[in-house]
Amino acid sequence: MSGKRATREAYGPTLVELTREGADIVVVEADLSKSTTTAKFAAAYPERFFNAGVAEQNMIGTAAGLASGGKVAFTGSFAVFATGRAYDQIRNTVCYSKLDVKIAPTHAGITVGPDGGSHQMLEDIALMRVLPGMRVLVPADVHAAAAAIRLAAATPGPFYVRLGRAAVPVIHPEGVEVGVGRAAVLREGDDVTVVACGVMVAEALAAADLLAADGISAEVVDAFSIKPLDAETLLASARKTGAVVTAEEHSVIGGLGSAVAELLGEHRPVPMRRVGVRDSFGTSGEPDELMAHYGLTAADIAQAVRELIGSS
Amino acid sequence: MTAARQTADPAAVRALAQRMRCDIVTMLAEAGSGHPGGSLSAADIVAALYGAVMRHDPQRPDDPRRDRFVLSKGHAAPVLYAALAQTGYFDGDHLLTLRKLGSMLQGHPDSTKTPGVEISTGSLGQGLAVANGMALALRIDQRTEPTVYCMLGDGELQEGEVWEAAMFASHHGLTNVVAIVDNNGLQIDGACSEVMCLGDIAAKFAAFGWEAAECDGHDVDALLAVLGGSRERAEVVGRPVAVVCRTVKGKGVSFMEGDADWHGKAPTREQAAAALAELGCEEVAL
Repeated sequence: MSGKRATREAYGPTLVELTREGADIVVVEADLSKSTTTAKFAAAYPERFFNAGVAEQNMIGTAAGLASGGKVAFTGSFAVFATGRAYDQIRNTVCYSKLDVKIAPTHAGITVGPDGGSHQMLEDIALMRVLPGMRVLVPADVHAAAAAIRLAAATPGPFYVRLGRAAVPVIHPEGVEVGVGRAAVLREGDDVTVVACGVMVAEALAAADLLAADGISAEVVDAFSIKPLDAETLLASARKTGAVVTAEEHSVIGGLGSAVAELLGEHRPVPMRRVGVRDSFGTSGEPDELMAHYGLTAADIAQAVRELIGSS
Repeated sequence: MTAARQTADPAAVRALAQRMRCDIVTMLAEAGSGHPGGSLSAADIVAALYGAVMRHDPQRPDDPRRDRFVLSKGHAAPVLYAALAQTGYFDGDHLLTLRKLGSMLQGHPDSTKTPGVEISTGSLGQGLAVANGMALALRIDQRTEPTVYCMLGDGELQEGEVWEAAMFASHHGLTNVVAIVDNNGLQIDGACSEVMCLGDIAAKFAAFGWEAAECDGHDVDALLAVLGGSRERAEVVGRPVAVVCRTVKGKGVSFMEGDADWHGKAPTREQAAAALAELGCEEVAL
């Protein structure tokens, strides 16, 4: 690992790079360009940046029109507003029309911190995952985030790329290869599979270290693409280890844990546990405090693994 | 045919509107459900657009030089389908498949299925924002000729997103967007003035920074003058233009006119036969 950086740091700069390389990218924001980092894009390409003001429904609709006009339209705001406030626009205009709108909001999850529960989006993966044709990517670090943005820009159709505010450990090399429907096995193991996404990938790797000290060999998979899931990699790992723990900075309802449970339930039922926020809103606090408060630390993942292996 | 501006011929537009009304009644009777009131109220406006005002080429629906039409009041899909069929985007036989399984003519417009439909609509209030985005894309591409026409219902103006988009268009000086309001005064639950009063619609658009015009939505000469001159007017004043068209819900079918009950109810075959006779339609297979 080499330090900590927020996944959102990749957003604006990657869009600038892509445009410099010739991609026909535009950005529509809703008064949060400094926080989301698209202000960097606005400074470089002011004629391709449009501020909708505090109006997320209009932000998504305008992005849809730009996409209809042949542009690759990135749009963001904070995850809670981009998805919840504008859900009908995403469903009926973006997805139903199969447009090249790439929704890449920042400030997802409880690591938003002190702003509290109103701003800590814990249901966005669930909301986006059920939309027909929507692809959902949750990068684990700043390098995976840059790769996810490039992947979304280069692949036709609607995308949701979940980005965060807080600095999180850098675990992937710069230029990491990613793909739609492609997970990455970051650490091989035999006793249990820990499937994680976003900031929880770093926690899962730390949990594997804790478990190794107990003599438990954990395989760690960075899911990255929540929809579509990498069924081949996940099923192969589940066959090998026979036990799966999921870990996400999201509600356990409808997110990664649900997606993996659906896959395993149909194709390879194995004992499993879901680490995540349990049907609750967030609360104010520092990110590290909140990770502990909601049971999202490496120690919590390790404990879930011990319980799972002990009970099976 | 290239995407050249058409010659405005009021008589031809009136004839087109009449054929479109016949199609609307026929397809809705065949479908057994749908929205006649707001389709008939918009028929003259849409005929003026597709028959004279808009530059478009039915043989090349993706011609980058084309004017765009966004039907934000997507439930009036029959009026759009009638215009597209009558101007040659697809065969008129398709109209009889409206709302049926496997049809390219969905209950509300679906841009992935129907040639000539620019964007899927149906959830109200979303079209003007999309029209703005289309206009921005044209600006980036330095295509100064095309105009994006967006038709909204008056009840639809109760949606907040419409006013977010109205603010956006004037802020960004989108002179290549024209908003057209089909102001028939009725919505599903009754009169707009009773359900949720809209006040002075033209004044509202003016307050949001638009150049607002009013027009009789069934006077083809007036429509051709106002709609035909809307883009030029926008360039002169440096603001987007909104045209509020006073219309009659169900226009052309006496038993539907001014009756909110005909918002979302298809005519029976007997009612349709009476309507077609009143409209003076040529014999159609029902």
